[in-house]
Amino acid sequence: MSGQEIGLAVSVFLACTVEAVEALTIVLAVGVTRSWRSALTGVGAATLVLAVIVAALGPALTALPINVLRVVVGGLLLIFGLQWLRKAILRYAGLKALHDEEKAFASETDAARAAGSAGAGFDGYSFTIAFKGVLLEGLEVAFIVLTFGASQHNVGLAAVAAAVAIAVVVLAGVLVRAPLARVPENTLKFFVGVMLTSFGIFWGTEGAGASWPGGDAALLVIIPGVALASLGMVRWLRRAPAQHAVGEPA
Amino acid sequence: MNWIVRAAHAVWEFVVGDDPFTALGVVVALGVTALIAGAGAPAWWVMPPAVVALLGFSVLRVARSR
Repeated sequence: MSGQEIGLAVSVFLACTVEAVEALTIVLAVGVTRSWRSALTGVGAATLVLAVIVAALGPALTALPINVLRVVVGGLLLIFGLQWLRKAILRYAGLKALHDEEKAFASETDAARAAGSAGAGFDGYSFTIAFKGVLLEGLEVAFIVLTFGASQHNVGLAAVAAAVAIAVVVLAGVLVRAPLARVPENTLKFFVGVMLTSFGIFWGTEGAGASWPGGDAALLVIIPGVALASLGMVRWLRRAPAQHAVGEPA
Repeated sequence: MNWIVRAAHAVWEFVVGDDPFTALGVVVALGVTALIAGAGAPAWWVMPPAVVALLGFSVLRVARSR
């Protein structure tokens, strides 16, 4: 496995883990309170739609000339990665609330109970909520699988990494039978944001016609560089309010 | 026609989200890289500082609004 392939697999695995944890919370909530059968049918339908999206767009993307593909994918990864990174930085700095799975689970459970009782047969509410939850969380993963995979002509590896992440989260969910509140979501999101942004810089630059000194080894400088700059921003944001407070009259 | 507009809006929301300035900055930085590389000069140095600056501005904009 090359360094880029390891980066691909790790990034997709972690991004998928985060999204799968959030989707699991939604499915657990409607499954526990209303109907497991309908919720799981919704999960299956959403997974099918996501598989069709990846299967349809994957070959189409990989058919593009490599430089066009890399500049487009690099740009998209940057736009996407910078959003993940910005949110993670703001959460670390205390300017945005951390995602709380237990709170999300309680909120979904209350909503499911308020929707009335589920009948004996097929429960449309459970199906719709599970379908929407898995589809929306899964779209981000499908996007990352496609962009990362297509750039290295290895959508298969990206898809396997995503499948392993889903299997790990589902297994953990079955064992714990509760939302996975202990998963350090913001740390994972920060790491994924760093990886998406770093690969976006790397591929975007190559796609635009420039060459990196050292070739692929440049990633070994770009990834820590992006991580350090981001951590520097967290530190600066944490200190900024304190300095402001010091400057204020007592 | 209505569904095309809705679909385009959904794609825009999904990819660009609430920060079109960062998206525009990424496109401009990639364009500058392509121009410099097209002129035959080394252009690898453009994106790293541009991206860090875009991230800094994006974070600062949100931090100031709170």
